[in-house]
Amino acid sequence: MSAVLDPPLGAIAAASLRGVSKTYRHFHLRDIDLEFATGTVNGLIGPNGAGKSTIMRIMMGLVRPDRGTVAMLGRPASSSESSAKREIGYFSEDMRLYKAETIAFHMQFVRSLFPDWDERYAEELLDRFGLIAKQKIKGLSQGQRVKALLLLVLARRPKLLILDEPTNGLDPVAKQEVLSELMQTVKDEARTIVYSSHHTQDIEQICDTITFVDRGRVIASDDRDGFLNGWRRFRLQAPGSWVPPQIAGLRAEASFGNLRVMTIDRYRPDVEEQLEASGATLEGSEAMTLEEIFLATVTRGREECRR
Amino acid sequence: MTDESVTVYSVYMNRHSWISLSQSDPRALYLQVIEQIQRRVAVGDLPPGTELPSIRQLAADLSVSVITIKRAYLELEREGTITTRQGKGSVVADRPGLQSSMAQRELDEHMNQAARLGILLGLSKSEMQRRIAEAYEKSQRKRK
Repeated sequence: MSAVLDPPLGAIAAASLRGVSKTYRHFHLRDIDLEFATGTVNGLIGPNGAGKSTIMRIMMGLVRPDRGTVAMLGRPASSSESSAKREIGYFSEDMRLYKAETIAFHMQFVRSLFPDWDERYAEELLDRFGLIAKQKIKGLSQGQRVKALLLLVLARRPKLLILDEPTNGLDPVAKQEVLSELMQTVKDEARTIVYSSHHTQDIEQICDTITFVDRGRVIASDDRDGFLNGWRRFRLQAPGSWVPPQIAGLRAEASFGNLRVMTIDRYRPDVEEQLEASGATLEGSEAMTLEEIFLATVTRGREECRR
Repeated sequence: MTDESVTVYSVYMNRHSWISLSQSDPRALYLQVIEQIQRRVAVGDLPPGTELPSIRQLAADLSVSVITIKRAYLELEREGTITTRQGKGSVVADRPGLQSSMAQRELDEHMNQAARLGILLGLSKSEMQRRIAEAYEKSQRKRK
């Protein structure tokens, strides 16, 4: 953990999962322990089918876990208390809108159900997202449909936003509009976002904490800088007889003749010296992108499973 | 992916045109924020006492994570460019840049890297000195 989140951005958890497991015929979600602090933006990254959506559905109480407990804004996720649900906004691509109706109809509909609906903010979002209230859902492009769905969630001003792949299929402009709007919502430090994506770049841009999910497990979870500062890649020249020094988290990734590529997930500034002291010549030492870190973590995790 | 990264910050930049972040810049975003605030302070655009936007406000304006801006502000505070008072936000310090330890550290890192590469290429110490002098003069000419 880097020192930046110390003291943490929010001391109280907006949402937490403890030992959550769920078994389907072809998929197991195993022992998920996660905590999302109030006021933070939290990213879930994972390949398709990793379990991100299942985790979010469990958080929303749409799926009942076989084991474990979930608390949302201090209340159990399964609770039918409407006051809890009222403060939580959920977005998922498979949410349906009435095709023959207009955006205005849906705004009216959601407003009738949620007393916290902020009409002025809804109008602002219409404008900022370039949507036309009178337009029917069936005439919208994919990007417009996603933005309309997000508008309906955001204008309720929820304290906790659970967003399942909100930027999937958006063009770069629409994506930036959405990310920007999400950051506007957390100007209020009482608000929290949990956000899933397989675009590591979106996550790297706006998230304070990042969780990697693969094959139904959480394989790593840290604050953003913890990942970006903790990982490093080295290119070394070393004879065939070279034995890598014993450094925690150091791994050989590839070798071509005398060239070795090593990565480390617990980087400290003295690692380069230790490598050189072991008889290797350092050719380069570079920071890694979140995408590279994610791929390396998935590969390591899968290898460890095989053992 | 690559063509997207170029457009990432261009769309919403106009909200806070005094800082512009680039994802094609290999340095971490927080370092870019630090550098640009330092530069604005150095040229006098942000005189002592100027209020800076709150961490969350700037994060929202630049569409980057709160942790990025928080880290930048912490570093700026540590090296004396800004001061932060609980509940009152951050202002440009009275005598900023007295010890810009941040930039010093960055310079040291680059120097070490340059030395390492020099040794790798088999350059002598005097050859390295000559090259650094050359680079220095080149940059100086560019600034004029």
